[in-house]
Amino acid sequence: MKAATVTDSTRVAPSATPPSELVPLRHPGRRLAALLVLLVAANLGYSVMTNDNFEWPVVREYLFHPEIMAGLRTTLILTASSMTLGITLGIILAACRMSENRVLSSLSGAYLWFFRGTPLLVQLIFWFNLSALYPRLTLSVPFGGPEIAGAATNGVLNLWAVAIIGLTLNESAYMAEIVRGGLLSVPRHQSEAAIALGMNRWLTFRRVVLPQALRVIVPPTGNQVIGMLKHSSLVSIIALADLLYSAQLIYSQNFRTIPLLVVISLWYLVCTTVLSYAQSHIERHYGRGVHVGGQRPGGLAKLRSLGSRLAQRSRSNDNPTPA
Amino acid sequence: MSATTSAPDGTDTSTADPIVRIIDLHKSFGTVEVLKGVDLEVHRGQVVVILGRSGSGKSTMLRCVNHLERPSRGTVVVDGEVVGYRIKGDKLHELPPSAVAKQRTRTGMVFQAYNLFPHMTVLENLIEAPRRVKGVNRAEAVKDAMRALEEVGMDHKADVYPSTLSGGQQQRVAIARALVMKPSVMLFDEPTSALDPELVGEVLNVMKRLATSGMTMMVVTHEIGFARGVADEVVFMSEGRLVEKGPPSQVIDAPVHESTRLFIDSIL
Repeated sequence: MKAATVTDSTRVAPSATPPSELVPLRHPGRRLAALLVLLVAANLGYSVMTNDNFEWPVVREYLFHPEIMAGLRTTLILTASSMTLGITLGIILAACRMSENRVLSSLSGAYLWFFRGTPLLVQLIFWFNLSALYPRLTLSVPFGGPEIAGAATNGVLNLWAVAIIGLTLNESAYMAEIVRGGLLSVPRHQSEAAIALGMNRWLTFRRVVLPQALRVIVPPTGNQVIGMLKHSSLVSIIALADLLYSAQLIYSQNFRTIPLLVVISLWYLVCTTVLSYAQSHIERHYGRGVHVGGQRPGGLAKLRSLGSRLAQRSRSNDNPTPA
Repeated sequence: MSATTSAPDGTDTSTADPIVRIIDLHKSFGTVEVLKGVDLEVHRGQVVVILGRSGSGKSTMLRCVNHLERPSRGTVVVDGEVVGYRIKGDKLHELPPSAVAKQRTRTGMVFQAYNLFPHMTVLENLIEAPRRVKGVNRAEAVKDAMRALEEVGMDHKADVYPSTLSGGQQQRVAIARALVMKPSVMLFDEPTSALDPELVGEVLNVMKRLATSGMTMMVVTHEIGFARGVADEVVFMSEGRLVEKGPPSQVIDAPVHESTRLFIDSIL
């Protein structure tokens, strides 16, 4: 057998065999591009760090300031409570929306239409000013009948109640659609199998459909939680001191706008990082038993494997294999 | 009309009350009439195989037996109880879903697509219904489950997730899951149609053993070999009607009706 004598071609003579050694394709362009991107990012980081206009000493001064900490606490409490209540209410609304009962599904639809159709800001202002519309909150006979029990609105609704109610009701409308999407993603024959085993509708929903739906619900819900972290800043309109408002209060007096905004941005970033990490854990829990793409080992696992690969390479360099 | 039937152990069951009675069953989906008046009786211990083309209504009829489909007219009686309805005077009143759910514990169904719960292990799949529906305590449910898994040869895979199993293994688990509820009748809706040919045998073997042990079975399938070897009665459906009914030696090997013969020829 003659070896192919023509080089740099894909053609091979009928009686000749191509060489057997395979050389993988190299990507010099990729390495160069990665290097360039790293350079630009490092330079950007350097320019930010050394830019005095950011007033980094002021940032350091206010990073753990008591008012900022109080504002952070308020933001976290608002986010946690409104998301917990919003998700619960969202599940109920989604179940209603998908119910065979036309009244329930229409009412749920109307709720979604109204609370997604008006700005959150307007909703918060309305709840804040509820006493202007309804001075008393009462339980009474319908259509203007006598009152059975009641209280003054201003006494019942304080600032926190207004904020949490406003954020919860708005969020529940968005969560309802996310939950409904998740419920739709569970194949119908799953509930058929459960029903055939004698499970009633509630058992089927709770033990078979909802757990599988949660796999699809968790990523967009994580999104909503991270979003709520920022949307909660709208409560500044009703003078509740969250993270943003507390920063605004400070820089309205010392005029150090930029460093204070940097402070709260850093805190928002820290919270988002923690939430993202928690989300990936929850996703893994609800994804158990399912083999799908898009779930790759996390960052920590990647670093570990990189470390072991580097160690292996250095070991083989110390002890070259004999020829 | 009913020829002498016998249970696998040889006892004559034709005089015993039928365990499943399908009486003048009609079902329409919108304007499409899928079942046009079907009458069928299944006796205790009988294995009835239901043959027919797709669209003939065989799956729909099976699904009416455990009320997965609501009949448009006619009734199904399982174990002496009307399925899905309560008799009040001379009318049948529809039962609420919770009552129907209770009735479904007397029938076990095995689907073409196995339908195992992917977020639970094999064992968890099996103990879920006995615990939540029948209130069986965990230890006993696990014991029953392991016994059922042994029956189908899957006890060594009790703690794995269904996605790691082959189709044949999943279907055997599905059969165990239905059996663990101790039903009076087992309903099989094309249990092997979605399986690779080499996996069909293991599932059919489990079904054969189940039949020999005396379980009443209604099987919708295309597996003629199974029908010949295991069925006590073969039923051929076409266009929503029950065309021919009889022992396998008649319906498969010497069919009376033309349409039956055409169908058998087409799948042999």
